[in-house]
Amino acid sequence: MIEGAKWRRWVYFYIPLGVFVLWLLFPFYWMLVTSVRPDRELYRPWTAPNYAPFWTAHPTLVHITDLLTQTLFIRWMANTLFIAILATLISLFCGLLAGYALSRLKFPGGGALGTGIFITYLVPQTLLFIPLANIIRNFSLGDTPWALILTYPTFLIPFCTWLLMGYFKAIPRELEECARIDGATRWKAMLYIIFPIAVPGILSAGIFAFTLSWNEFIYALVFLSSAEQKTVSVGVTSELVRGDVFYWGQLMAGALLGSVPVAFIYSFFVEHYVAGLTGSVKG
Amino acid sequence: MAISDVLSHRAFAQAPRRGAATRLLEDERWLAAVLLLPTVILLGLFIAYPFVEGVWLSVTDATVGVPGHFVGLANFTALLHDSIFLVAVRNTFVYTAVATVLKLALGLWLALLLNRHFRGKAFTRAFVLLPFIIPTVLSTFAWKWMFDPTFSVINWTLFQLGIIHGRINWLGDPSLALISVIIVNVWRGVPFYAISLLAGLQTINPELQEAAAIDGARPWQRFWHVTWPLLLPVTMVVVLFSVIQTFADFQLVYVLTGGGPANATQLFATYAYQIGVGTGLLSQGAAVSLAMFPFLLIIVVVQLLYIRRVEVH
Repeated sequence: MIEGAKWRRWVYFYIPLGVFVLWLLFPFYWMLVTSVRPDRELYRPWTAPNYAPFWTAHPTLVHITDLLTQTLFIRWMANTLFIAILATLISLFCGLLAGYALSRLKFPGGGALGTGIFITYLVPQTLLFIPLANIIRNFSLGDTPWALILTYPTFLIPFCTWLLMGYFKAIPRELEECARIDGATRWKAMLYIIFPIAVPGILSAGIFAFTLSWNEFIYALVFLSSAEQKTVSVGVTSELVRGDVFYWGQLMAGALLGSVPVAFIYSFFVEHYVAGLTGSVKG
Repeated sequence: MAISDVLSHRAFAQAPRRGAATRLLEDERWLAAVLLLPTVILLGLFIAYPFVEGVWLSVTDATVGVPGHFVGLANFTALLHDSIFLVAVRNTFVYTAVATVLKLALGLWLALLLNRHFRGKAFTRAFVLLPFIIPTVLSTFAWKWMFDPTFSVINWTLFQLGIIHGRINWLGDPSLALISVIIVNVWRGVPFYAISLLAGLQTINPELQEAAAIDGARPWQRFWHVTWPLLLPVTMVVVLFSVIQTFADFQLVYVLTGGGPANATQLFATYAYQIGVGTGLLSQGAAVSLAMFPFLLIIVVVQLLYIRRVEVH
């Protein structure tokens, strides 16, 4: 703690921290206020004398009900959920097996493959989206959820592999060797001895992968075209802006509700999420 | 040895004869091949293949639906004379450099604040990470609305505080637009820096700090000579990831300005999207995207070499 007078504690600690929290959280408050504010208050210029930005006198649910009944928002949520869950499961499956192989087994080319997977970890989606869109079209996957379910693992698998390798390396080799001396095959030792111990790592990787898939944007924007197939991010971006008109009430309601699933999962698994996040940057 | 051990040993030993597949999987090399197969297939199909396809596209004149012919490096030489592309390159570098420095400075500051003991610490830490976990596109819309020149709450606040006297067109003014976009990028990135660096700070033994304090080091000296050198390896990795993501950023700009006004916020990725998807000039779009690659490669190699050097010391 800061030594010295009380005012020092305020100047060096409480005030900076307060400013940080205010800055980081204000946009979410603004989303909430906007989504319950009636249009006649919403479109009142800030120079108007009765502009009251931080609360609303007549809260309304009309934006939210409009969003749920007159747009495909619920459909987009379901699409996103389906895609995010499947992409996460595929990535966990691949990442578990690959992470085990790279951290535990000796085989020719193992080092090179590990480096290769690390490099794909660093490839941003915006580098490959144009040729990838071509390939998706050639495979007849365009405008289907599979376009995303199969491409999201390209950035999730490297992450999951990397994170789980760390967990596997921390498990003592003796555990496996004991099982093998007792006659277990390598396969069984992996499945019944090592994987159960790595469950916290699997959970962290899964939660982080789920939020990454939920948040992905450019692949979803480019590979999906019909309104019924879109994910939340793309649907809100393209369908709630008609022509040049922004329906701000609906947009903010959509932004708020579209964030609920990740916020919900995050609130239950903060520690696992943070472990995934910090594990992802451990070199 | 306990009896149960013997029994279980016999149970395994007397298991029915193992099939050929099981025997093959006892060989480390075969097992590794089987375990890595799904990953290699997926990454090969959707990373390696698109990369090759992208290189091929960029040396043709393909458009949507038209395969195109080989044109050599014509697309790339055309880019060198494309004034919008040159603006995008400049913007990308400014955007990446300024945003990264700000994110590092503010993220480190926030990490140091969160590393103290205070009531509600876990709670604060959980909430502070929200900008990073909420879908970027959705939270960016909140910023777009806050930046709206007519209805801006930011303008209202600054006006009430007496800092400004007229309206500020955050996203519409070409000299301000890039700054506004950087503000949002920093807002989104600071939590990632803060939480990662906080994890790094927590691995530093507090006794080192105490020892330095006893030796009479001032708080600033303690930070600079004790904390910072120990935090450097983590910091470098965080910066590496962040620089790549920032350099290749797309969604923030797509939502806030679409690259405008007058290309003032055009980046590599938004320009590639505009040409490749918007106009349908696949080959040129692929060339713009691929032009990022050498820069990214240099950034990655330099940083990895630096990280190795830091870790050796």
